[in-house]
Amino acid sequence: MAKIRCALIGPGNIGTDLLYKLKRSEVLEPVWMVGIDPTSDGLARARDMGLKTTHEGIDGLISHIEADNIQIAFDATSAYAHAETSRKLTEKGVKVIDLTPAAIGPFCVPPVNLLDHLNKGEENVNMVTCGGQATIPMVFAVSRVQPVRYGEIVATVASKSAGPGTRKNIDEFTQTTSGAIEKVGQAKKGKAIIILNPAEPPLMMRDTIHCITETEPNQDAIIESVKAMEAEVQKYVPGYRVKEGPVFDGNRVSVYVEVRGRGDYLPEYAGNLDIMTAAAARTAEMFAEQMLKA
Amino acid sequence: MNLKGKKIRLHDMSLRDGMHSIRHQFTLQNMVDLSQALDRAGVPLIEVTHGDGISGSSVNYGFGLHTDKEYLEAVIPKLTQAKVSILMLPGIGTIEDLKMVQDLGVHTIRVATHCTEADVSEQHIKYCAKHGFDTVGFLMMSHMVTPEKILEQAKLMYGFGANCLYMTDSAGHMLPEDVKAKVTILREYFPDTIEIGFHGHHNLGMAIANSLAAIEAGATRIDGSVAGFGAGAGNTPLEVFNAVCDMYGIETGVDVSKLMDAAEDVAVPIMGDQLPRINRDALTLGYAGVYSSFLLHARRAEQKYGIPAREILLELGRRGTVGGQEDMIEDVALEMIRARG
Repeated sequence: MAKIRCALIGPGNIGTDLLYKLKRSEVLEPVWMVGIDPTSDGLARARDMGLKTTHEGIDGLISHIEADNIQIAFDATSAYAHAETSRKLTEKGVKVIDLTPAAIGPFCVPPVNLLDHLNKGEENVNMVTCGGQATIPMVFAVSRVQPVRYGEIVATVASKSAGPGTRKNIDEFTQTTSGAIEKVGQAKKGKAIIILNPAEPPLMMRDTIHCITETEPNQDAIIESVKAMEAEVQKYVPGYRVKEGPVFDGNRVSVYVEVRGRGDYLPEYAGNLDIMTAAAARTAEMFAEQMLKA
Repeated sequence: MNLKGKKIRLHDMSLRDGMHSIRHQFTLQNMVDLSQALDRAGVPLIEVTHGDGISGSSVNYGFGLHTDKEYLEAVIPKLTQAKVSILMLPGIGTIEDLKMVQDLGVHTIRVATHCTEADVSEQHIKYCAKHGFDTVGFLMMSHMVTPEKILEQAKLMYGFGANCLYMTDSAGHMLPEDVKAKVTILREYFPDTIEIGFHGHHNLGMAIANSLAAIEAGATRIDGSVAGFGAGAGNTPLEVFNAVCDMYGIETGVDVSKLMDAAEDVAVPIMGDQLPRINRDALTLGYAGVYSSFLLHARRAEQKYGIPAREILLELGRRGTVGGQEDMIEDVALEMIRARG
């Protein structure tokens, strides 16, 4: 079967883990890995896995787009560089999946709104944050039953799984996630909290989702909706699990989630990184299926 | 211990850490009354924020009766000599919150991280230093790591621009020798222009002894709370510590009698029967090295699920939880119920 050819920009942890996932895909074929450092381990690894590589950044890729028929690109670099990268790619008709916090395109949380983006033919979608991918499906699982006045999430990740980019700009996590709790999760007001825990061995990513509903929660409908949503997320993140809940306390609905990673390139505890790359791969696959049908 | 002539600055926590003791429900009048009593006694620095720092108001930590802005606007204009600090925890608050307080007359901003995660404070500390705030780097749960690790993390905060570095015993677990070793390593490394501070909790009844050890090792800022308001068994009881300082000849500039009056006549009536003390659960925090503000959350879980708070706290200690993980409490309680079948 024909596959849609892709490029990955950013050969770091995220880009490499994503590469492992794309290698397994039945509809995507990773062709290029783009970096900026000729001595980078990530580029060498991608070469070993049979990809074409360049260390000349996005410009090193652009001239090959037509010849190599690249139709989807993933940006796993930084928010700072994303705008320029995205402009150059979309000009060439390449769909861009943005794993940076730049958020030029609309937020994409696959089980919530990926179909909308497909139908609209968006050229750039943003994958929010790791915490957003893990929690917003559950906020939406409640808000699709009844209006949520306030949605709050607490994402706890192992210190080892939070890279220097996240650490340098942790506000981006809290602000982007709380924005997406409102825009995608459809809570009237959103709040996000992130905690880094240095325990050894590293703890599995865990997330708490608190929703306050406007009226008394419809418990049966919410339990059913949460279960259905868990199954939807498990389609692309098999280690996603509702640990406890939904717990009901007045109008508070709380769900406790654990995310075990696939252990592709990154260790299992780094469920936070796994859910980002898995969501990005899932998004690309849906785009690819649409392209293949057309 | 010869501490005579040492000059230190007392920093009152009752209106911030004390918020934990009362589930963040101080009225504006409570805040004004207590801050004015502290001001009259000569306390130079008073912290005012939600217990979990600015923007801590949440389901996870408890909603404040008022916003941080409302509290700060009520307190600051009425003070004659005392300055006001705020606390912020990256991951909970953001630079937007710091911008919000810019024009309210806040003097000191304390940026707090877990004792191994100082690099998440870079953008906030840089912002505070750039805007001329008295900028404090605050390393929480300092009992969990070695003095060398504390120094390594404090160096990061110093590099970002902090002019004061705190070694914080958030769990009230430390003993004086440990406090002394950790303050000493900081004091010996950093130039004299950088102040070293200590923040204690009284869960093992050691807060005063620990604060004295900190002073002996060179700390010049010491946190405490009148009437011991604060998470767990409370902070170092400030009126007691001030009297002890006076006996040692340590100069705090704070009036011993007036601070006692602030505690007895103003603070205690506000707290009523919720006054922190070293009860079984608070002692467990200190003994097991668990974040002090988990106390009331664990007690609520005990009421709701019938699992003793002490067992929940011990389990949280075993799992190496850090500050801010209040959401683990209900999760762990439910897990324990399941395990019991």
